[in-house]
Amino acid sequence: MIEIDWYLALSAVLFTTGLIGVLVRRNAIVLFMCIELMLNAVNLSLISFASYHGNTEGQILVFFALAVAAAEAVVGLAIIIAIFRNQLSVDITRVNLLRW
Amino acid sequence: MITYAFVLLAILAIASAIAMVMNKNTVNSALFLVLNMLSLAGLYLLLQAQFLAVIQILVYAGAIMVLFLFVIMLLNVDDEAQFLDKFRVKYFLAFLLGVVVFGQIIYTIGGVTDLLPEISPEMERVGTVEAVGDVLFTDYMLPFEMTAILLTAAVVGALMVAQYKIKRTDGIDE
Repeated sequence: MIEIDWYLALSAVLFTTGLIGVLVRRNAIVLFMCIELMLNAVNLSLISFASYHGNTEGQILVFFALAVAAAEAVVGLAIIIAIFRNQLSVDITRVNLLRW
Repeated sequence: MITYAFVLLAILAIASAIAMVMNKNTVNSALFLVLNMLSLAGLYLLLQAQFLAVIQILVYAGAIMVLFLFVIMLLNVDDEAQFLDKFRVKYFLAFLLGVVVFGQIIYTIGGVTDLLPEISPEMERVGTVEAVGDVLFTDYMLPFEMTAILLTAAVVGALMVAQYKIKRTDGIDE
């Protein structure tokens, strides 16, 4: 059998990939997808802990995290559409109105 | 057998994640993310969380990614032309920060090896739709209802934000 460490290590790799993506990419939609990737990595570690403990609560938490992720994706994409209407671009380096 | 499946799915997940980050084309990135989510659903099946594996495919790979693809096609986004063409300090710093975060997580995990060697035998009945639904509709009824309100609020808010009519600063309404 596989120990839980491997699932956690996989989760860490996916999280780090998403983090580097958020820092490197400039396209707002790809940035958003990287955030989804990080959310998924955390979900994976939650589920692995839940199943190695034989506990339902961890799975319930993942269920609610999924619902919140769906809400977050909807609102975030609406914001991206609003930005695109004003700027005609989704390049986040061009959204610098509030930058000091 | 399970080990082989895990290695295969893990390699698929990591490769599709890296391909998603590195790809210049936004649509290809979204499709690689779908692949990543499908392999994660397979990993959930290995962990005997059947209900969440199905939900992962339905909600993430289905609903959310279709929404992403719709927005990409609606906005007609160009590719990032100058991405990774030349070396930049920004990329190096981002990679360095990623390595630091990864090291931190691995250090935390590495302190507690041989923690939980095997999947709990109870999991065979914990991960089913029946067991999850039983807990969800008794102990967690109120949070479940609040999720419904949250989703409604998110839909209304998205409609407000993405409305067509916008006021320009020069006073001309579209």
